[in-house]
Amino acid sequence: MTGISASARVKRPRGGAPLLMALPALLLFGLFALLPMVFVVILSVSKWDGLGDISWAGGANWSHLWNSGVTRHALWLTAKVMIFSWVIQTPISLLLGVFLAGRQRYRALLAAVFFVPLLLSSAAVALAYRNLLDPNFGLTQSLKDGPFDLLAKDWLGNQNLVLFTVIFVISWQFVPFHSLLYQAGVRQIPATMYEAARLDGASTIQQFFFVTLPQLRYTIVTSSTLMLVGSLTYFDVVFIMTGGGPGYSTRLLPLDMYITGFQSHDFGEASAIAVVLVAAGLAISLGLVKFSGFSRMQSQTAGA
Amino acid sequence: MMSLLTERRQRQLAAQPDRLANKTRPRRRVGNVPGALFSLMWLGIVIVPLYWMVITSLRTQNGFFDGSPLAWPKHPTLDNYRTVLDNDFWRYLMNSVIVTVGGVGLTLAVSLMAAYAIVRSKRRFVRGTFNLFLLGLAIPLQATIIPIYYMIVKLHLYDTLLALVLPSAAFAVPITVVILTNFLRDVPGELFESMHVEGAGEWRMLFSLAIPLVRPAITTVAVYDALQIWNGFLFPLILTQSPDLRVLPLALFDFQGQFTVNVPAIIASVVLSTLPILALYIVGRRQLVSGLTAGFGK
Repeated sequence: MTGISASARVKRPRGGAPLLMALPALLLFGLFALLPMVFVVILSVSKWDGLGDISWAGGANWSHLWNSGVTRHALWLTAKVMIFSWVIQTPISLLLGVFLAGRQRYRALLAAVFFVPLLLSSAAVALAYRNLLDPNFGLTQSLKDGPFDLLAKDWLGNQNLVLFTVIFVISWQFVPFHSLLYQAGVRQIPATMYEAARLDGASTIQQFFFVTLPQLRYTIVTSSTLMLVGSLTYFDVVFIMTGGGPGYSTRLLPLDMYITGFQSHDFGEASAIAVVLVAAGLAISLGLVKFSGFSRMQSQTAGA
Repeated sequence: MMSLLTERRQRQLAAQPDRLANKTRPRRRVGNVPGALFSLMWLGIVIVPLYWMVITSLRTQNGFFDGSPLAWPKHPTLDNYRTVLDNDFWRYLMNSVIVTVGGVGLTLAVSLMAAYAIVRSKRRFVRGTFNLFLLGLAIPLQATIIPIYYMIVKLHLYDTLLALVLPSAAFAVPITVVILTNFLRDVPGELFESMHVEGAGEWRMLFSLAIPLVRPAITTVAVYDALQIWNGFLFPLILTQSPDLRVLPLALFDFQGQFTVNVPAIIASVVLSTLPILALYIVGRRQLVSGLTAGFGK
């Protein structure tokens, strides 16, 4: 068998799939993702109002950006959303994922229901919550005289609460996806590891901390990367639900970019914000991959 | 002969993960109490807003303001749905269908070829493009909307549905290529070699070997891509302006402005826009869920 394939290979000096096959994808991806990435850097040192010509602006956008309280605030808010949404979503997804990994029928049904928010568009979710949380007619207002009166707050109008409302809505939408990842991760853990742990007298909780959690390292990295980079793209929800307000209290970086560009027609400065977003995304993903160390992870499962 | 062989192999391949999974299932003697309690709580968090949406969409406009928001409406009505349907809903639905079908079709066509080339090429460069697509996953691509807007305007595509198809497909390509490549790598090399010996060219192997073998993965990424494109809001927002060209998420946003205080109608539009994808989910749930985890798990 190997002899045949070896001789077949000899017959084709270059052989293999032609470059032509990879070309359309490269072209599409290059034209609408890579080229814009280069272009956005150029635009970040240019002046453009969206209609006229593009002219050189040097570091003007960047120094303006550096001194802009609004953008700095947006950066701070984005960092806050990133951290809080990770801190909130990860334990929830982990717990749900571990639970859903069981193969009981009712758990499968539960998983099917949990998945539904993921099907809704962010626009739909944001619209629904905008009305559900309406300070006058919303669902939360009707809870005033009841056991859940703690929830009867102006979730969208209170500057101190609204960011957490955004984080909640985002979690509502994306926790199902991450618990799905954890569910799959748990199902790949060999049963022998649990048996060994039980023989050693480990309790269920100990099994979770000493078997499940270490074995899920790779899943944790994947899920965290998607979550952290994902939080640089939250646009639809804030745009529709709060419009960045009240005041600037939910004007996250992507929204700040949109408003600076498409509403204030300062596309140069908006591009500078875009560069910050790309740099942050790259730094986070590369950092996480480095930090977690793929080789170490592999050796860990190999040793299992 | 060939097809028989591959079919059997395919079934074997398909059966393996299940068998493995069953064997490795962690058997728990003690129930996971915190997990159960927490899942119950989360069920409430998920269900209550969804239930609120459904019953609100059935309320009369006056009924919305009195009574408990979670009580079943006194006079349930489908009028809100009629209102939404009468407001060009079908046109927006068609636009969404066109953009999604076009985008997914384009993505799949180019990604299948690319994934095949990455797995089967002997050139370093072609194999290396995998890393490029991997990089595409690590970058918040939304940050490129300004150059994309510029390019679409310069290409005279602004305010067309094609303007939505092209970048949506381009953004879907990285994840699609990565998932398909991971699945294609699992196809035993001997299958390709034996087919090659029979004199098949690369294109024939792509169509009659690779594609049939990774069909489950294709369905999965297709559903996933469709979900992303169908729900996309940013591109329609910046690349179109005519009311005629609105896709559903953008139409929803517009309904909010149009119906203002008619909350039941707004919520009806939310529910209506979700129905097609919900139907798709009910039909293809297994495919979507298993493929998603397999794709990201690798």
